[in-house]
Amino acid sequence: MTQPTSPTVPDLKRRVLPSSVSQIGTITKYELVNYFRSRRFFVLLIIGLIISALLTTLVAYYRPSSFLSSTLSFYSSWWAGAITFVIILSGIFYGGDAISGEFQNKTGYFLVANPLRRSSIYIGKWLGALIASIIMLGVFAAIAIGNGIYYFGFNIPYQLWESLLFSLLYLIAVLGFTFFFSSLFKSTSMSILVTAILFLFAFNLIQSLVEGLVKIEPWFLITYGAQIISNVLTDPYPTTATQGFGPNTFTTFAATIPEGIAILLAYFVVTAVLGLLLFERKEFT
Amino acid sequence: MSTPSIVAENLTKRYGSFTALSNLNLKIEGSKCVGFLGPNGAGKTTTLKIFTDMIRASEGRALINGVDVHLNKKKALSSVGALIESPEIYPALTPREALSMVADLRGLPRAEARKKIEETVAEVKMNEWLDKKVGKFSKGMKQRINIAAALLSDPEVIMLDEPTTGLDPRGQAEVRDIVKDLKKKNRLVFMSSHLLNEVQEICDEVAMIDHGKLLVYDSLSNVTTRFSGDGSNTVEIELSRDIDDQSVNRNIASLTSISSVERIDSRKVRIHFSGGIQNQERLLQDLTMMKIGMISFRPSSSALEDTYLNLIKDTL
Repeated sequence: MTQPTSPTVPDLKRRVLPSSVSQIGTITKYELVNYFRSRRFFVLLIIGLIISALLTTLVAYYRPSSFLSSTLSFYSSWWAGAITFVIILSGIFYGGDAISGEFQNKTGYFLVANPLRRSSIYIGKWLGALIASIIMLGVFAAIAIGNGIYYFGFNIPYQLWESLLFSLLYLIAVLGFTFFFSSLFKSTSMSILVTAILFLFAFNLIQSLVEGLVKIEPWFLITYGAQIISNVLTDPYPTTATQGFGPNTFTTFAATIPEGIAILLAYFVVTAVLGLLLFERKEFT
Repeated sequence: MSTPSIVAENLTKRYGSFTALSNLNLKIEGSKCVGFLGPNGAGKTTTLKIFTDMIRASEGRALINGVDVHLNKKKALSSVGALIESPEIYPALTPREALSMVADLRGLPRAEARKKIEETVAEVKMNEWLDKKVGKFSKGMKQRINIAAALLSDPEVIMLDEPTTGLDPRGQAEVRDIVKDLKKKNRLVFMSSHLLNEVQEICDEVAMIDHGKLLVYDSLSNVTTRFSGDGSNTVEIELSRDIDDQSVNRNIASLTSISSVERIDSRKVRIHFSGGIQNQERLLQDLTMMKIGMISFRPSSSALEDTYLNLIKDTL
């Protein structure tokens, strides 16, 4: 094959690219701008506000003893009862199509052809989803604490802060997991559907079956690890207990705090690494 | 002195048993525009995607300015602006925001970025839409923003995959002008296209690919000289009044260098003639002098089209 001759050209200025950390920051910033501009952020915020408004109204009107018997029981019922659902919704809303959407909607073609590592895109988008979700959690927590102060004054139990930290850890794990599924599929609807089914139904069902029928501790389930969010707001801290006699015994397992943290961290680390590897290897065909 | 370069070394891409690209060896250096031609599925976009690390080569290496794209994508693409297929921009962003993101990723200082965004957006005639959400744009408008994104950082190497896709005729002409300007600015443009006239108008060199294999890479003039067939050319003329077979055979067919003449309909005639541009000029003069009411005279195919059709026998 003949190759034509090559004319030389004057020296061109080659730019110094920003560091990968700086590029991650850029991706995060525009991911957040995209969330705020699109309806997604506000839809989720409205859902959170509706849940908060319902709780506020119901507690104010019916004054249920399960809520108002003590400070701890108030936060246990309010916070622990709803926050896992809010976190799962955040995971689905922000993580479900975060990566698969780049393939299906072809927005990835705009980003990937630039001089930045794919890991920067993945991490930047993950951080964007995390920050948007934390804002959501913050609003939900502020309303819960506001109600708590109304009923019990500024006597906020330290367990609530622990529960908030565990909720943050659960959110991190859920987003790691949803990003992994988002990397696995090229279809946004598939990744959202699988994530929603797993978190809203499958994990709970598996946990019930494993505890009730197989009678083993479901240490391998993320939802089991997430129990520490509510367990820490229970006094005394629940322990594994067996009820009944003979073949009719039923064991209720309770994750300890170290177990819960380990499960959530393991889920995050494993799914984050796998999701990142999948995205690195996935082709824009 | 530095010379921008794009090098493919034994570049191969397989999807299972299907080979999309087979041992592509190509070395493009310097300031020029190279047209990358081939039928659908020939491997043009596959090649460009490998060069931008959107897909990985099964074998071989893709080097830009001497840097392996797969091993060091960030460095390899640091001075590359690319438009592959028709990317979508986040619909909630405005062109200013989308281009600011690209500017930030490419390390343009803020003041320079602001100026460059306005310049490039003006270049693609989208300045009135700079602060409107991309989600409301037509395909052609989005493509203009994509072109602006590829040019934003003033890259040395520009890779364009059918850049005029989705554009109206005016938009296509504007893109051609942009590419011509890039040549003047000492850039290396590697551009795939289906539009042979576009390539013929803009490009200095042409690479043709079919079934994943490079058929030819040379200057446009060398390629057309070597591969445009038997040297015969065709023009179609249109007349303001009817012409019959007898007049066609008696008057037109007897002109110098005519190989054959066929009447397409009562007012259109196709003329095959040998020789180059001089004979075409003479034929035009002769036909004008015949006063047969000729209102149009245009070549029915270009030399590049002949070359393409000779080299690429069938499409997928």
